[in-house]
Amino acid sequence: MSPNPPTRIVGTPQLRKEGVDKVLGRAKYVDDLEREGMWHGATVRSSIPRGRITAIHYGEQIDWGEFVIVSAADIPGKNHIQMISADQPCLVETQVNHCDEAILLIAHPDKRRLPGAVASIRIDYEPMTPVLSIEESETRQHIVWGEDNIFKQFHLEKGNVDAAWASAAHIVEGEYRTGAQEHLYIENNGVIAEYNDVSGITVWGSLQCPFYVHKSLMAVFDLPTEKVRVIQAETGGAFGGKEDYPSILASHAGLLAKKAGRPIKMVYDRMEDLAATTKRHPSRTRHRTAVDKDGKLLAMEIEIATDGGAYATLSSTVLSRATLHSTGPYVCPNIRITSRSWATNTVPSGAFRGFGAPQSIFAIERHMEQVARAVGLDSAEIRRRNFLHDGDTTATEQVMTEPVILDTLLGRALEISGYEAKRQRFAHDNPHSTIKRGMGIAAFFHGAGFTGSGERYLNSLAGIDVTCDDRVRVLVSSTEFGQGTNTILTQIAAEALRIAYDDVIMAPSDTSIVPNSGPTVASRTSMVVGRLIERSGHQLIAMLQESAGLAETYTTADFFASCERYRELQGKVESLCRYEAPPNIFWDDQKYRGEAYPTFAWAVYVAEVAVDMTTYSAEVTNFYTVQEVGRVLNPTLAAGQIEGGVAQGIGYALYEKVLLKNGHMFNNQMTNYIMPTAQDVPPIAVHFEEIPFQYGAYGAKGIGELPHDGPAPAILNAIQDATGESFAAIPLLPEDIFTRMAAIAFDEEPLTV
Amino acid sequence: MSATWSQIQLVINGHATNVEAPPMKRLLDVLREDLGLTGTKEGCGEGECGSCSVRMNGELVNSCLVPILQANGARIDTVEGLAIDAELHPLQKAFLECGGAQCGICTPGMLMAATHLLARNPHPSLDEIREGLAGNLCRCTGFVKIFDSVIAAAAMKGVARDAR
Amino acid sequence: MRGNPEAHELVAPPTLADVLVRLADAPGTWTPIAGGTELMVVHAAGRLSAHKLISLCGLSELSFIRVDQESISIGGGVTFGQIRRHPIIASDFPLLATAAGWIGSIANQNRATLAGNIVNGSPAADAPPALLVYDAEIELISRRGSRCIAYNDFHLGYKQSVLEPDELVFALHLPRRFANHMQYLRKVGTRKAMAITKVALAATAIIEGGLVTEIRLAAASVADRPLRLAATEAAILDRTMSPHTMAAARRTLLNEVRPIDDIRSTALYRRHVAANLLDECLSELSRGLTGDLSA
Repeated sequence: MSPNPPTRIVGTPQLRKEGVDKVLGRAKYVDDLEREGMWHGATVRSSIPRGRITAIHYGEQIDWGEFVIVSAADIPGKNHIQMISADQPCLVETQVNHCDEAILLIAHPDKRRLPGAVASIRIDYEPMTPVLSIEESETRQHIVWGEDNIFKQFHLEKGNVDAAWASAAHIVEGEYRTGAQEHLYIENNGVIAEYNDVSGITVWGSLQCPFYVHKSLMAVFDLPTEKVRVIQAETGGAFGGKEDYPSILASHAGLLAKKAGRPIKMVYDRMEDLAATTKRHPSRTRHRTAVDKDGKLLAMEIEIATDGGAYATLSSTVLSRATLHSTGPYVCPNIRITSRSWATNTVPSGAFRGFGAPQSIFAIERHMEQVARAVGLDSAEIRRRNFLHDGDTTATEQVMTEPVILDTLLGRALEISGYEAKRQRFAHDNPHSTIKRGMGIAAFFHGAGFTGSGERYLNSLAGIDVTCDDRVRVLVSSTEFGQGTNTILTQIAAEALRIAYDDVIMAPSDTSIVPNSGPTVASRTSMVVGRLIERSGHQLIAMLQESAGLAETYTTADFFASCERYRELQGKVESLCRYEAPPNIFWDDQKYRGEAYPTFAWAVYVAEVAVDMTTYSAEVTNFYTVQEVGRVLNPTLAAGQIEGGVAQGIGYALYEKVLLKNGHMFNNQMTNYIMPTAQDVPPIAVHFEEIPFQYGAYGAKGIGELPHDGPAPAILNAIQDATGESFAAIPLLPEDIFTRMAAIAFDEEPLTV
Repeated sequence: MSATWSQIQLVINGHATNVEAPPMKRLLDVLREDLGLTGTKEGCGEGECGSCSVRMNGELVNSCLVPILQANGARIDTVEGLAIDAELHPLQKAFLECGGAQCGICTPGMLMAATHLLARNPHPSLDEIREGLAGNLCRCTGFVKIFDSVIAAAAMKGVARDAR
Repeated sequence: MRGNPEAHELVAPPTLADVLVRLADAPGTWTPIAGGTELMVVHAAGRLSAHKLISLCGLSELSFIRVDQESISIGGGVTFGQIRRHPIIASDFPLLATAAGWIGSIANQNRATLAGNIVNGSPAADAPPALLVYDAEIELISRRGSRCIAYNDFHLGYKQSVLEPDELVFALHLPRRFANHMQYLRKVGTRKAMAITKVALAATAIIEGGLVTEIRLAAASVADRPLRLAATEAAILDRTMSPHTMAAARRTLLNEVRPIDDIRSTALYRRHVAANLLDECLSELSRGLTGDLSA
């Protein structure tokens, strides 16, 4: 492992750039903002999952003259939300394809009048048979999207899977399921929009990707680039839930603003946000695995199905990542993966931290436990014997040219968790206790950045400028929503320019001011955008040294003086860089072969659980994480990402369930969608190994999503260790554990009376 | 039918104020809309997330569940009252230094819950901190650095001034 | 927020007598609101059908805790925060103090009142099982006067009680005779804090000379109301705490409870776990332990 090059600011726990405003309560989120003459907007949504609208009745007790009403007929441009496909309408015309689909928008000066008005509108439908699960969609008895209900499919082959079964000592099969998951950012979705015929549309929003919204609005309003302006407000959590959804909300608010001729604020309440916005894709993964007598993987046949909901949104890219992570961090010479994303008449699924990897990694890491048991090896050893090492190839034949230190990570994780000693103690104590304890391991990787040619396609542009009052500004469309964008990027700029951290600020996240550095997703911000800032900094220094007399060594005062000289010559002081792909990244999108990701983050997590056999509740009592994410740019922020991701992963495994009735989420209140509280999260140990990645900012790889990949399988592996029972679906609730345990003991007493 | 509005006297962060509002208007909305104090947030409207937490007559409450008439004559402390002039309250300083705030939306409510806790229990154990903050949901941090922040603040001087 | 504050009238008469006059003059017209932790949630969901509300918050006549030799009286307006912190309640009625700490969060406990928790009538309410095993009496008051009944006789069905439209819960009276009883309380929720009960069991009991001379059992979320498990008690009373008794008690409980499937859990789970809690409780009784457990 090469040591980190010495840095003054990168790698240190600089304070959160916007932290003072946040602790003072001065940070302004969308609902804290007002515009003069502003009205409020609300949405009328479908109450059936599939059908055609035949009539709309407006409540007679409402004075509709006070309201502005918008329907699809009011859309000046295209009635679709531009994402990967353009299949999702901005507003329903006649065909409804999911519950809570937006049909009408209404606005009023007094927001308290809106709920009653919405409730008074009655819509008549001609219902059609909905498709409400992957299995129903697969039958194709009803086609609800495209020709065959399939948003996207992949097929990947490596080696010769069919020939491998014959020589297998063991063949292990398993099916694993993951449920939908809600982001549950504490700040609901919200937007303020203004429209005028001269300057076009301006929106302020709680959002991750200003330019995604910008592009969508251009299509809906038929406006050119310069007449659409998107500004990110302080955003109270996102996790992928504000990657694509804000394009819908911004369009809605914009339509009302245009028709009303005044600014419109639309902020969802929790019930609406839970019911109507995107969720993590539910999944079903089937494994069939051949191993030799020593537990070495000979072949993997994997079938993946995700539930994309009613429209395509991001299902194709989620499926891609699920596919590419489905074989785990293991060497296997023969692989076949078939994956499909299915349409159903439920609220469209969307991006959520991990983006398909949590689903796949749950499956493979649970499956490896069953493989271990079939072969007669323990959980650590089965993994050790199959780990990728330097020079090995992945499922896509990508050669591991960067160091892969899974053995080190595993060893460290076992050590810090006290794995061996605890398992011995638990094995001794469990038979005499109503509390069964166990330990579980998950080993995994997360491809950093966009898949394959994604980054080339984004062609990101980013950089820095220097203002007249001696401030360096970072110019990016990458947004802050708690994960530390502002802090990291200003640290990088300060480092590259050799000035103080406090001398660097962020330019406003405003599409009229900043270049498009790509969306704030895919764990790419530190690695890719940070690198652009690093290069821009070096580039600016070179520019100043060449044309404005900056010496080899300089003070901060020298730097700003040189900038002033440069400004006199050139008019402005700005340094931008465009994305350059690392060399030797070749990706074949047809064959799904080659360098799927420029690099990978690696991790081994260990969960310690206690299962109470009186109540059948499982609880995580301790959690240990060891990961390699390249260079740690800010230790406080990095640990914060791991801790937060683990907490969400614990929720995903044991607490968070989306309950649907006829395709509508009916547990759409925080009292009934259960996330862990301060009394439910265990102590979480965080350890980093650092191997700098040459092409990431100061050696950084991606970190944000990795920690959500590991907890669920580690926890269910621990539950298997504790109870002997293998559970293959999450969320795993006490009622599920009870059903299994009671089935085992059914002859003790009747369950019904 | 519409309600006649009520005259409500409040002492907000030490300053006497009065507002006229429908008696069933939520204290949360009076703070944010009538008084422009947007530091207190709405996350759920059901008393589950705690981001609307304020202290009413010294007691921690969810302001989304308090009808303003019931707050008549009350002393209300919000996040805006924690810092004194330019100086951060020790808890604010600790949240900043320990990484207790990520997206920041839960932070005002967390700070109010933490001041409430430390006013009654200046040196809480980790379990007592967990319980004291159990009514405040954070989706970003996993709570770990929030606990660290409260422990750090308890060790600083000046916390005792909030004990009332 | 889906409620419209302007669609609701809220009055706050200064004395209990004033409130009782209003309730008597127009029975069923005025809906009492105490801490608001239930009604304001309904209001936020846009489902508050009560348009005239009368505030009980801060009525000093309801906000008392009186201790004498024989009993403790807790006013209906006392909050769960106050209940938790009261030293005599903590020492003499630890199950009630513990239950008080399970209601919502600290912020909710500072507002939620004992009367509100009872009158809301949820079978999942946290305080009732403790009140039942402490043989509480409930005092109801109206302009016509007051009456005391056994709390066990208060609930009649799902969200139905003996409370008349002009009545309020004035106080709960708990006899101070449980200091030497074995006490047990366990709540099973969806998580450790801010959880609505899936099933809970409370118990007070005495073993003398190997026989169970007193046993009271009560459960939450196993019926349409908080339930005193009279049949299960009968299977234990005056018996030794033998495996045979415990098995018989378990079978009786499995038949006595009548839980449902709902948004939080299933009938099968509730029934079975309630029986497990009983096993746990009776094991402790037989070992002579005292103490309560958290979820």
